[in-house]
Amino acid sequence: MVASVTNLGRSGLYDWVIQRLTAVILALYTLFLLGFVIASPDLQFAQWQGLFAQTWMKMFTLVALMSICAHAWVGMWTISTDYLKATAVRFAFQLVCAGFLFVYLVWGIDILWSV
Amino acid sequence: MLVSVYRYNPEKDEAPYMQDYEITVPGNKDVMVLDILHMVKEQDPTLAFRRSCREGVCGSDGVSINGKNGLACITPISEPTKGKMDKLVLRPLPGLPVIRDLVIDMSLFYKQYEKIKPYLMNDKPAPAIERLQTPEERAKLDGLYECILCACCSTACPSFWWNPDKFVGPSGLLQAYRFLADSRDTSTADRLAELSDPFSVFRCRGIMNCVNVCPKGLNPTRAIGHIRNMLLNQQV
Ligand code: SF4
Ligand code: SF4
Ligand code: FES
Repeated sequence: MVASVTNLGRSGLYDWVIQRLTAVILALYTLFLLGFVIASPDLQFAQWQGLFAQTWMKMFTLVALMSICAHAWVGMWTISTDYLKATAVRFAFQLVCAGFLFVYLVWGIDILWSV
Repeated sequence: MLVSVYRYNPEKDEAPYMQDYEITVPGNKDVMVLDILHMVKEQDPTLAFRRSCREGVCGSDGVSINGKNGLACITPISEPTKGKMDKLVLRPLPGLPVIRDLVIDMSLFYKQYEKIKPYLMNDKPAPAIERLQTPEERAKLDGLYECILCACCSTACPSFWWNPDKFVGPSGLLQAYRFLADSRDTSTADRLAELSDPFSVFRCRGIMNCVNVCPKGLNPTRAIGHIRNMLLNQQV
């Protein structure tokens, strides 16, 4: 058993499941948005806002936002533990990633709730 | 034919270098790469490489042949040269420390093998005769037990290059599954618990370099998939 303190799911299996589950959610979200844009050829601001004003869309977007953060964290954590061998450098990289993801999440929620 | 060999003697050389030899194969026959190594050694006795059985059984002469890992003794020279028999480039298996020339230090590889406890563990009282298996149970071990620990697969695996101390690697995982799949072994749960961390199994990215090089035609990627499914089933 190889112990690690910075990975998300505490176990390789959870990370693996998180990665696959969030990938499905993100694919669904992308397809939905793509479908919406294609289905509304002359898309106007009001229509776009109307979409995001609905509670279910807010929830869907929130879930997608959280998915992208979890997905990115697992991915970046993996990359950092593959290629960055110096502990200080790796930790700094992980810190920067975590910082960015946290800001994106808070910012995203803020935007979402202001619609 | 031109044979370019990786040379490094840490007692004399500051850095590794490639040394070229011109080798004439008697009768232009399609000999094995190991035969070529012996011919080079006749020219230059300082060359160091490992070999023992010379028939693909002991697993000691894994080398990188024209960029692809394989056993020198069962690789005919026509194969890596695509029939041209013009040039061979021989290097030690990548990713592990070089002791000298083509001889590598396999300690990390063996440490990973040791980690998966490559022996049967059974907590039931030993029967008077052997522990019997049905032919079906025995068949589950086919494609697993044949591994000769040559390390061709693990040293071709990028995940093993980056984390040879944490990722068990294709060879070790194939063996891990060999004991997980054995009906006579009762420590499946403990074995799985040891493998559930983010590195031991889950560093496998499914690149399948291991399958591509295994001289015994084994499929570590499939075994790794089975282990992942077992871990998943155990959790849900
Ligand atoms: S399939 Fe997995 S074990 Fe095999 S070479 Fe790729 S990463 Fe390594
Ligand atoms: S799985 Fe194949 S390549 Fe890997 S150590 Fe065993 S025999 Fe060698
Ligand atoms: S010498 Fe034994 S496998 Fe090649």
